[in-house]
Amino acid sequence: MTAPAIELKGISKAFGPVQANKDISLSVQKGAIHGIVGENGAGKSTLMSILYGFYKADKGEIWINGQQTSIPDSQAAIRAGIGMVHQHFKLVENFTVVENVILGAEDGAMLRPSISKARKVLLDLEQEYGLEVNPDAVIEDLSVGHQQRVEILKQLYREADILILDEPTGVLTPSEADQLFRILGRLKDEGKTIILITHKLREIMDVTDTVSVMRRGEMTATVKTAETSPAGLAELMVGRKVLLEVEKNAATPGEVVLDVKDLRVVDGTGVERLKSISFQIRAGEILGIAGVAGNGQSELLEVLGGMIPATSGSVTLHGQPIDITGRESDGQSRRRRGIGHVPEDRQVEGLIMPYEAWENVAFGYHHDPKYQAGILMNNSAIKADCAEKMERYDVRPPNPRLPARNFSGGNQQKIVVAREMDRHPDLLLVGQPTRGVDIGAIEFIHKQIIALRDAGKAVLLVSVELDEILGLSDRIAVMFDGVISGERLPEDTNEGDLGLLMAGVTERQGAA
Amino acid sequence: MDKMPKWADVILIPLISVVLALLASGAVVAFIGESPFEAMRIMIDGAFGSAYGWGYTLFYTTNFIFTGLAVAVAFHARLFNIGGEGQAALGGLGVAMMALYIPWPHWSLALIGCTIAAALFGAAWAAIPAYLQAKRGSHIVITTIMFNFIASALLVYLLVNVFRVEGSMAPETARFAEGTHLPSASTFAGFLGFRPSTPLNVSFFVALAACVAVWLLIWRTRLGYEIRAFGHSETAAVYAGISPVKITMIAMLISGALAGMMAINSVQGEAERLVIDYVQGAGFVGIAVALMGRSHPVGVLLAALLFGALYQGGAELEFEMPAISREMIVVIQALVILFTGALDNMVRMPMEKLFLSLRPRSE
Repeated sequence: MTAPAIELKGISKAFGPVQANKDISLSVQKGAIHGIVGENGAGKSTLMSILYGFYKADKGEIWINGQQTSIPDSQAAIRAGIGMVHQHFKLVENFTVVENVILGAEDGAMLRPSISKARKVLLDLEQEYGLEVNPDAVIEDLSVGHQQRVEILKQLYREADILILDEPTGVLTPSEADQLFRILGRLKDEGKTIILITHKLREIMDVTDTVSVMRRGEMTATVKTAETSPAGLAELMVGRKVLLEVEKNAATPGEVVLDVKDLRVVDGTGVERLKSISFQIRAGEILGIAGVAGNGQSELLEVLGGMIPATSGSVTLHGQPIDITGRESDGQSRRRRGIGHVPEDRQVEGLIMPYEAWENVAFGYHHDPKYQAGILMNNSAIKADCAEKMERYDVRPPNPRLPARNFSGGNQQKIVVAREMDRHPDLLLVGQPTRGVDIGAIEFIHKQIIALRDAGKAVLLVSVELDEILGLSDRIAVMFDGVISGERLPEDTNEGDLGLLMAGVTERQGAA
Repeated sequence: MDKMPKWADVILIPLISVVLALLASGAVVAFIGESPFEAMRIMIDGAFGSAYGWGYTLFYTTNFIFTGLAVAVAFHARLFNIGGEGQAALGGLGVAMMALYIPWPHWSLALIGCTIAAALFGAAWAAIPAYLQAKRGSHIVITTIMFNFIASALLVYLLVNVFRVEGSMAPETARFAEGTHLPSASTFAGFLGFRPSTPLNVSFFVALAACVAVWLLIWRTRLGYEIRAFGHSETAAVYAGISPVKITMIAMLISGALAGMMAINSVQGEAERLVIDYVQGAGFVGIAVALMGRSHPVGVLLAALLFGALYQGGAELEFEMPAISREMIVVIQALVILFTGALDNMVRMPMEKLFLSLRPRSE
């Protein structure tokens, strides 16, 4: 039997008092696809960073192809044949594919010879692994799926035998993800070893040969994928049984709450982000907006939440018009009208990271009369309110004095959810409610959203996670390039159908 | 979980920085052949050794509190107001006009009137860069520094052509009337040994009150909450319905007003007339004071005291050690600014590591 491609022995790493990795051992056979799953903060990224030379382990050994190897920096990782494809691509947008591929691996001071040499190598690689990309295309003109191929090509050009992919499908449409998995299969057949880090259990089940589960810095299990199930993996990740399916009763939609007509948004650079969008949401109904990130969903949330002005169109709430262009178009006015907003990015929008939890609980509602004491703010009232909300929304640790940045992603999100949902808004805008949130918290947040719907409120849900859209929504609208490319009922559709709409294949084209 | 206990952040690190700065200064003094220990003794004795020294130290401190608070308030909104120099100059103009053109019956009324004028003129001078930043995106650092030059030129013009007393060669206003003269420390604290010649005056208490007011504003009011939120994240502020234009304008107006208020100490309290270039770099020292004081009023107060002592002690050192020139004093002050402001992270990072490693491991 040949030596494993990667063997980690007793890796430990601490950041101050936080033990990020604890005595981790892992062995991956050559030519295998190995999945690593775990909740946020379980230590997956730390482990991969050690393997790629970003961090140095406190203890432990790394063996590559049967040889003990020390990896002090990423140069050493590349020499050892390890390549990493990051979640956020590290490409120069205005360079061509071939320029990006040779970046950092140029042969000499003059570019021209290395570019023509690289182009040849690149074309060979593309053919060998079925990774078609035009070597002379400029990165910013490529789709996200193709940009990812460039990242993979970059690693192959550096003769990587071991590829680490960190959450590779987060930005892809379902069909792009399928293509990626076909490519991974091809790479595997050619003898490459692949480590796939993901939180999507379905992907693990579909493509990996073996899978390791991490929890709280420890590797709790390594199993053959064929011998496990999504529910089994989820239980290993969280440490208890988890409901993967959302439980809900049929919706009983009432009167129209939100009525959006011909909403247009042109951004500062003159790009039309929303092209005459019209839709309605009724009381007691969740409208899910599916789509690949960047097709106008963010702008839709921002306009309705009062963060950016609309160019034209009309929006009414309970039949009363909402100012979407003028002076009354800001977050304060929206909140006064009973619109809650859980923003897409809690760290940049929804929370002030250095603010303590209690300060964040008042954020956006700091004009609320119950938070005032004369001309000063009633800090003790806010703290009391925060402590009470933390308990009901199960925020851990329940300490109002802790800065927001010191909570885990899931608990940060619970603070935002508590703030925005506890006032029972007539309309709740929710963007990516469970992005970067652990499975336990996902379950909790989904229940809260359903409860709000059952209380007769309208919910607009924007998510790039199709499972979430399909599980929560009463109706689904798909956005592509600033328009609604189709509407579906969740019981009448599936991922493939939605994926086509997300890729811009409209019904008429589809029928033809 | 914070990386360090608060006391280390607020007291220990500035202290280490100051010690490092003094060691470097000592090396400079030794290099030109004087005893660093003797120089140190002269500076400390000159700043704190007598009522005379204290009078000047606290007088400078008063100036630096105003300009330091000005920079600190703007910092909280992540606006780098380096126009304190010009805003203070304009504050001086406001004080001069208020004091010259209105016959004040009593100093207390004059103090209120002049404080308002100083604040309004300072705020007005900050308003234009603030507007350009808020509405046009012109960078506040560039515009405020340019406005320092405009203010300086404007004051030269006004003092030479408008306010100069006929027949006088000096570019300065007439002496203010008796009714505007602020009580000096000799009248309210004569028992401590202050002489009538001491520049320290009641505006020191206005400065202390300003510290309390700024603390209340930043940490206890809704406006302060919005200013800090905007300073941490503009996107989040917009999300919460906080107007970036409004906060930029208000923070800069408050900042300019505080810088302008320095004039009640120097112009109304000490010189009792407006002289050319009266600010003498206090606006820039305010930046160092705010940096060192970590934009907290208590920190600003302590840092202002340190810089007040450096100014007064430096003046004594220049007098007592002829080998040490005015420029050497500036070098020493610059070293303190360098270590406490610019090189803050040099001390901070190792200290954070130290505190992290000292903390008991927890699972």
